[in-house]
Amino acid sequence: MIFKNAELLLEGGFRRADFRTENGKIVEIKEKIEGEGKDLRGLAVLPGLVDIHVHLREPGFEKKEDIASGCRAAVKGGFTQICCMPNTKPVTDNKVTVTYIKARAREVNLCKVHPVGAITEGQKGETLAAIGGMKAAGAVALSEDGKTVKDTKLMANAMLYASDFGLKCLCHCEDEYLADGASVNEGYSSTLTGLKGSLRAAEDIIIARELCLAESLNLPVHICHVSTYSGVQLIREAKARGVKVTAETCPHYFTLTDEAICSFNTYTKVNPPLREERDRLAVIEGLKDGTLDCIVTDHAPHHKDDKNVEYPLAAFGISGLETSFALSYTALVKSGEMTAEELVKKMSANPAAILNLEGGALKEGAPADFIAVDLNEEWTIEPEAFVSKGKNSPFGGKKVFGKIKCTAVDGEIKYEEK
Amino acid sequence: MFKSKDLLGLYGVSAEEIDEILSLGLKLKERLKRNEKSFDALSGKSVVTLFYENSTRTRCSFELAAKFLGGKVINIAAATSSVQKGETLVDTGKTLDAMKNDVIVIRHPMGGAPKLLGETVKAHVINAGDGMNEHPTQALLDMLTLREHLGGLRGLKVAILGDIRHSRVAKSNLFGLTAMGAEVRMYAPKTLIPAGLERMGAKICSSREEAVSGADAVMGLRIQLERQRGGNFPSLGEYAKYFGVNEEIMKYAKKGALVLHPGPVNRGVELTCGLIDGDTSRIEDQVLSGVAVRMALLLLLTQGRVKL
Repeated sequence: MIFKNAELLLEGGFRRADFRTENGKIVEIKEKIEGEGKDLRGLAVLPGLVDIHVHLREPGFEKKEDIASGCRAAVKGGFTQICCMPNTKPVTDNKVTVTYIKARAREVNLCKVHPVGAITEGQKGETLAAIGGMKAAGAVALSEDGKTVKDTKLMANAMLYASDFGLKCLCHCEDEYLADGASVNEGYSSTLTGLKGSLRAAEDIIIARELCLAESLNLPVHICHVSTYSGVQLIREAKARGVKVTAETCPHYFTLTDEAICSFNTYTKVNPPLREERDRLAVIEGLKDGTLDCIVTDHAPHHKDDKNVEYPLAAFGISGLETSFALSYTALVKSGEMTAEELVKKMSANPAAILNLEGGALKEGAPADFIAVDLNEEWTIEPEAFVSKGKNSPFGGKKVFGKIKCTAVDGEIKYEEK
Repeated sequence: MFKSKDLLGLYGVSAEEIDEILSLGLKLKERLKRNEKSFDALSGKSVVTLFYENSTRTRCSFELAAKFLGGKVINIAAATSSVQKGETLVDTGKTLDAMKNDVIVIRHPMGGAPKLLGETVKAHVINAGDGMNEHPTQALLDMLTLREHLGGLRGLKVAILGDIRHSRVAKSNLFGLTAMGAEVRMYAPKTLIPAGLERMGAKICSSREEAVSGADAVMGLRIQLERQRGGNFPSLGEYAKYFGVNEEIMKYAKKGALVLHPGPVNRGVELTCGLIDGDTSRIEDQVLSGVAVRMALLLLLTQGRVKL
């Protein structure tokens, strides 16, 4: 298939060109390719986005989301590859569940789905999960996401054992004793609302612990959804002395602060919690200077019933796949913090590299995973129009730039805006 | 003219609105003191008290306030209701609304629950205490008591000592008193002082003496034993010794400074027994203020303007 007149994001920047795909690969990129083709005039063509932190909820929580609805949301949001977290029911701590997710994703046949296995059996923090078996079935990483492995010795063992299989641990960092069931960040907003707050230290202490383990063991580690200024600094310092750490953050940590919780809108309840302006700015700084390698959604879809309750009872999480690119583009590129090229790296090449996934670049021979985007189109986020089952977004009504027009996976168009 | 549908808290409530409630409350309190407690302004109206936490004085105070005004009252203790069967707050609210109740008075262990209820129902919602958020009618009755005995609120120095962190009373008083032009000082062990209070207008003191110095009134807050998981202080004895208010500390206050406490009191912990039972104590008087101010509020919410 031939695609014409696109503004292609290639190594070295945007270039007006045509390209041809064949057998799922990009086989030719040229200024002009003869023959019939799809006209992408006026659109930027970017490498397919890669999200290494998504909750698909299936098996077990299909009321919130399933693999089909989650994948539809992914391609609508411009993602061609996603990694799904293991807090399913049963927990994805075994090869059978990994195999099921992969098989179901193949049936759904939209984006590439890479399961992340649990670190411990049942995410209980007691014994290691069947790491080798999960790897053999296709797991690309390990995570206890939603929790921290409390037992530090067990965590050290997990990192060591996982390394035998070439797997990295993606660490959700939260000291449960200090967080103590809190819903929000500890600060002015928690006092104003009377909602129980969690100190930054609850996140930072475990970030520091995982960095210490990675350093002591000389193994790589990945820090999930960094939200604190102090956490950014810990990672920056660790990188500077050669610790093999990579880190991610999410759009809500650089677009919102905990002022948003003062309305008691449960769509603002997320873990780690929204922090303060100082943190928001530090997260942006961390993205700019490379301390934070990538942007993920932590897509956490929930049913309305899980959110239409008292704030402390509401489920944590934001449905993020369909807004991530536009929020990031608006907050980081439109505002002049970074170039489109730099942003796209944070949302494709970098996350792919962290987990050794193919993709993340448009070049001859690469998988034909790409998206066509109107970078200048302004649109209004309407959560009720999400294709994800989770309409839980605090961004309803927000105007953003950057509309995904078309998403192709392995050369097949999987989403096209109507 | 009182315009709000609900009273969820005193944060953001204007001095004019507070003044309107207090002025009417004072008039009603005068009537109550003369044992006049038969009014018909609320006849034909129904008030539900929906309590998800135990309470004697607040629930009783609301019930009497509504009954003195001639309203019908239903009391729901969540422990005996369908909540035990897993019904959500939103569904409970819709049910009470469908029964044509006019006012729902809610107490709940979680901040923001009255707001959620207020967004769900057509009935007027009054917050009778939500978690660590607000307890606006307690602050209104405290202010009414202060205004009655001290003549006004502007320029008053009020010291609040006790479990500030877990206290919805402290916050409602802070918002209300500062809106009315009073100065609010707070003191407690650092484990019981949450972040950000100064930005809300409080003066956080570094000693009891500093907090009480020159104060017109000193309010003790109950040490909420049920919320002290995780060692906020070693023992009640140590709390009383280093953080409680006693006669020695009261010497720093203005002569004759009033002693207040929202109750129930841990005798000899927040305040010494001598202060609780002493001449300057207005703790019992606060209770009558509570009935009066709740009557005023019920009237204003359901009828907007009230003439007595």
